[in-house]
Amino acid sequence: MELITLRDVTFGYDGAPALLDINLTIHERDFLAIIGPNGSGKTTLVKVALGLLKPTSGTVELFGRSLGQFGDWGKIGYIPQKATHIDPFFPASAEEVVAMALRSAGLVSGREARERVLRALGEVGMAEVRKWPIGRLSGGQQQRVFIARALVTSPRVLVLDEPTTGVDAVTQTAFYDLLDRLNKREGLTIVLITHDIGIVNKHVTRVACLNQRLVYHGSHEEFCRSAVFRDMVIRGDHLVSHEH
Amino acid sequence: MEALLSYGFLQRAFVAGVFIAVACAVLGIFLILRKDAMIGHGLSHIAFAGVALGLFLNVLPLAAALAVAAAAAVAVMKLKDRAGLHGDTAIGIFSSLGLAVGVLLASMARSFNVELMSYLFGDILAIEPIEVGLAVALAAAVLLAVGLNYAKLQFMTFDRESAKAAGVRVGRLDTLLMVLTAVTIVLGMKVAGILLVAGLVVIPAAAGLQVATSFRMAVRASTAVAVLSVAGGLALSLVLNIPASAAIILICFSAFAVLALAKGAKRGFLSGQK
Repeated sequence: MELITLRDVTFGYDGAPALLDINLTIHERDFLAIIGPNGSGKTTLVKVALGLLKPTSGTVELFGRSLGQFGDWGKIGYIPQKATHIDPFFPASAEEVVAMALRSAGLVSGREARERVLRALGEVGMAEVRKWPIGRLSGGQQQRVFIARALVTSPRVLVLDEPTTGVDAVTQTAFYDLLDRLNKREGLTIVLITHDIGIVNKHVTRVACLNQRLVYHGSHEEFCRSAVFRDMVIRGDHLVSHEH
Repeated sequence: MEALLSYGFLQRAFVAGVFIAVACAVLGIFLILRKDAMIGHGLSHIAFAGVALGLFLNVLPLAAALAVAAAAAVAVMKLKDRAGLHGDTAIGIFSSLGLAVGVLLASMARSFNVELMSYLFGDILAIEPIEVGLAVALAAAVLLAVGLNYAKLQFMTFDRESAKAAGVRVGRLDTLLMVLTAVTIVLGMKVAGILLVAGLVVIPAAAGLQVATSFRMAVRASTAVAVLSVAGGLALSLVLNIPASAAIILICFSAFAVLALAKGAKRGFLSGQK
């Protein structure tokens, strides 16, 4: 099933092009990495796909519906870039951070909401710190809480924009193992913006390589054999590689 | 105390004051966390023009102030969005405009200067029964509107982009929050006056945020500070024969100072333990 479809999408900031003629389809159960050099339009692509930015031309469909008709936002979990750059003094406990997504969606309330929040926090191993203020948690713990917030509405697709920036290597490994489990065991579709070629090699099943235009979209195996991959590695392209 | 509470004017002041203070405290939490604390200050100056206009046109000053402040709140928001102004620039522009219009109207009709003074400095002990009814109804409406949108406002305040991606209509909520703030500021004028009403929005919320480890706790603590300040301020005003508005704001500040010091002491104690 096609969950996110972009057709001939073009977008620019004040006339300066950021995305050109993007055609991209994300299917159910994909674990897709969006890669590309700095300024290639990765974050912009995700924002256009989620309706946060309106394309200059072209169309976006979510779950087979145009953006204007789509209303079931609980099906999509999103963790933006720098999600952990929150106000450290914001007075919200970990469970309040998760609950705000569920209650905003108006899906459930009361006891059932509390149970779902606790379940989501348990799934990412954060149930024990549920009463802690979010600002007192480490970057890795905050990231897990944000995943719980994204998961609590039982989404079908999880979109993450460079989620482990500034997170230590051990926490990163645990984090990507969690994403693997969600994708392989729970069948959750994952879209991940990353600079880390190590993650691409180990975890993802599909790759979309962007440089304003979509220069590659296909399976991870084919990507590793492609000229695009060789060029990126030779040029550097701000890619890093960590062992996970 | 029992004797004091038997006075009708004091009962009216207490009931209206508590409802308004709670609305101010709850909204204050959202405004401070959005870094919009100065909107209260700006809207109070704009409300000054509304009061002067009401007195000038001989219509209910509170109603005129309500209309002017609500319209200005939306205009401030639009100006920030569309003109791309930074920070509090739009608030600065509109607050100056409000004061200028108010001063102009006051100078054109010298006869209502005394009445205008009661709005500048507040006169909660002179509140009329009809004003109590209006204050209670509007403050309850503000609290109801916040309650119905609580999770969305909380989400938007914490992480605007994620809230937007989750389908929260942040633009509509911005407008709602600004209009509710305008209504609350106009109501608060009667308690603390145009010059001090921003303090009723900012100080109890800032005090509550000193001790809060959760959003719920922040709302409860700031509400408690606001209610105690109104009750204490009214009592001090009667006992010491001082203006109620000043007494209320001074108690708010005292509560803030105590909680800030307690927080500092706790941090020092904890860091000393390490």
